[in-house]
Amino acid sequence: MTSVTDTASSLDQEHHHGPAKGLMRWVLTTNHKDIGSMYLWFSFIMFLTGGAMAMIIRAELFQPGLQIVEPAFFNQMTTMHGLIMVFGAVMPAFVGLANWMIPMMIGAPDMAMPRMNNWSFWILPFAAVMLVSTLFMEGGGPNFGWTFYAPLSTDYAPPSTTFFIFAIHMLGISSIMGAINIIATILNLRAPGMTMMKMPMFVWTWLITAYLLIAVMPVLAGAVTMMLMDIHFGTSFFNAGGGGDPVLFQHIFWFFGHPEVYIMILPSFGIVSAIIPAFARKPLFGYTSMVYATASIAFLSFIVWAHHMFTVGIPLIGELFFMYATMLIAVPTGVKIFNWVTTMFRGSMTFETPMLFSTAFVVLFTIGGFSGLMLSIAPADFQYHDTYFVVAHFHYVLVPGAIFAIYAACYYWLPKWTGYMYDETLAKVHFWMSFIGMNLTFFPMHFVGLAGMPRRIPDYALQFANFNEMASIGGFMFGTTQLLFLFIVIKCIRGGAKAEAKPWEGSEGLEWSVPSPAPYHTFTTPPDVK
Amino acid sequence: MATEGTYYVPAQSKWPIIASIGLFLTLLGAGMMMNDMSAGVKDSSAHYVFYAGGLIMAWMLFGWFGNVIQESRAGLYSPQMDRTFRWGMFWFIFSEVMFFAALFGTLFYVRVLAVPWLAGEGEGAMTHEMLWPDFTASWPLMVNPDNDLFVGAADVVDPFHLPLLNTLLLVASSITLTLAHHALRANDRYKIKLWLILTLILGTAFLFFQVEEYIEAYNELGLTLSAGIYGSTFFLLTGFHGAHVTLGAIMLAVMLVRVYQGHFEADNHFAFEAASWYWHFVDVVWVGLFIFVYLI
Repeated sequence: MTSVTDTASSLDQEHHHGPAKGLMRWVLTTNHKDIGSMYLWFSFIMFLTGGAMAMIIRAELFQPGLQIVEPAFFNQMTTMHGLIMVFGAVMPAFVGLANWMIPMMIGAPDMAMPRMNNWSFWILPFAAVMLVSTLFMEGGGPNFGWTFYAPLSTDYAPPSTTFFIFAIHMLGISSIMGAINIIATILNLRAPGMTMMKMPMFVWTWLITAYLLIAVMPVLAGAVTMMLMDIHFGTSFFNAGGGGDPVLFQHIFWFFGHPEVYIMILPSFGIVSAIIPAFARKPLFGYTSMVYATASIAFLSFIVWAHHMFTVGIPLIGELFFMYATMLIAVPTGVKIFNWVTTMFRGSMTFETPMLFSTAFVVLFTIGGFSGLMLSIAPADFQYHDTYFVVAHFHYVLVPGAIFAIYAACYYWLPKWTGYMYDETLAKVHFWMSFIGMNLTFFPMHFVGLAGMPRRIPDYALQFANFNEMASIGGFMFGTTQLLFLFIVIKCIRGGAKAEAKPWEGSEGLEWSVPSPAPYHTFTTPPDVK
Repeated sequence: MATEGTYYVPAQSKWPIIASIGLFLTLLGAGMMMNDMSAGVKDSSAHYVFYAGGLIMAWMLFGWFGNVIQESRAGLYSPQMDRTFRWGMFWFIFSEVMFFAALFGTLFYVRVLAVPWLAGEGEGAMTHEMLWPDFTASWPLMVNPDNDLFVGAADVVDPFHLPLLNTLLLVASSITLTLAHHALRANDRYKIKLWLILTLILGTAFLFFQVEEYIEAYNELGLTLSAGIYGSTFFLLTGFHGAHVTLGAIMLAVMLVRVYQGHFEADNHFAFEAASWYWHFVDVVWVGLFIFVYLI
């Protein structure tokens, strides 16, 4: 890394400037902070879009019977809610955080390929338009669930599926380029002295996430391409009549899908690994084991995919292998949970909002992990499969897992981004309303699921009514609370108490060595890392 | 041109947004064309959208790569930038490997598991009994479970005819490309051109015979996309491989033009190396194809 020197060229005088003015600053930018901000705003808009769909789902499920929407539209809502949250909200939010923070954390002036970085972002709004526009096409939007199993997504799919497929292709191209960029940045642009094992955990987890992305997004591209050919070109990949197999679709999809869910959680691990030490005022316990645990989880994610398919009819030996392999994941995940708890142990802790979200993350993600362990037991999964128990499980890992970690990160780094402190009182209201709303929404789903309520159905048996009413009230509470977050962020951008370079007493890392707000260009000469 | 230390941060660029618009229009047009085709729309104008997108993409590629080439020749790039390009190309090719892994995985799954199960082996006993009790497994699969819906092929491509020739062509092209690279390292401009042109001729011949093979498959063998899973996997694998050969050939053609314009130095020619990495990757994929699609 010694090749980065501070010999300035004669050309750079006219370009050591702040951001350009107007809309074109954002369209043409090559600045990692601009692009990070755009990713985060895009993600939040999609989060509200997907959230609005969740509100429709919860409104329909508020009472048994059909009240508000047609079942066909309900299917489109569950499908689009999932797709938008996964591809539009969670993944771009993490890429946005990576863009903002990784160069500052490793002492690099920018991402390795700044122009490609901008392309990765600008593909997203176009893909989102294509995806959402399917709802307005003849025959309606995708209605087969976010997992788009064939033949629901091929033989029985609406014509708009073609555009859904191309939207997925665009999202995939964006993700692959983004991942390549992050890998090149981390491997190649670290400041002198920043060895791999000195990198902040967020950088480590993103490096591993980027590898997952380039390994599985092409597989997803393969899956949707075969769908496209089955729909339009007469092939029979997923049609047993021609010798193909619908189950093949599930294998390919979940070979992508399982690493994909880890793509949505590993950066969270990095975030809480930064925040918990900062507010416990102790170094992270077991840094090295954290790195190895993350790598192990990533490796295991490639050999567990069929645990999503226990009931589809796979050979017994497959059920056993995938069951045991899945249970193994609890080991490295447990290492991480214990490390976070041990970091807190006898720390001098304070609970500012980032720490509140991170602590909730540890507790609630563990609940989601345990219900995952229950689901991994193949014979038991025959009861749980496709019930609300599964919905409860993955919302417990995604909402307090991914989303809470993203909120924690936003509050933690907002002072660095805007130069102002956010409103701590409002932020705590945001946290507690989200915490209560989220648990009220998803905890009862465990019970109705175990009692056999199927997912993705707009109506249900009467005995599930009370729990569903609770879940809907919690859902509305969680949903409206997120508008408060928007208010808090805008308020913070517009002003407030000035943030110091290092507003958190216990925080560590290069990003706190630059002023707040971070200058438009940081580390044009690399810092020396001891 | 902002040079931050020796690290190169490019100034604002219009190409990413143009690329996004181009990609959007290309795929939108492709989707509209496919939907119109399947719905039997006669006077579809979808192809205009597709062509517009394609033209924008072509313009973007010329412009964006043109910028990069100019910057590189102006000496703005450091060894660090060179490493970034290497990492970038390497992991891009890795993502391509994973794409083909999905396609090969499909082939293996179908051959080893799905087709035997349909014929009643192991787990598939009841499937066989209930759905198509007369179906027997074979590979190549000539008679499909539902042979009225998917009419099986009459025959398959003889591996020792065009495919073997194509194997020889493509392996030879990898060798000639390596010779071109050696010539470049020795700065022998005449030999670079010679070997590179020969590589392109071999690659183009490969593509020509591949098209020839497809025409034969469709017209004489009844081997089509809708001939069941054998035809599906055959065209999926060879088709995407062919598309990648085409892309690789375009890359090499650009390299040839650049050699004629006096670009590249003996110790600084990563674009050439990147194109040749890609070409060798495509070659390796073909060897896998020849073995698992044609031979075995």
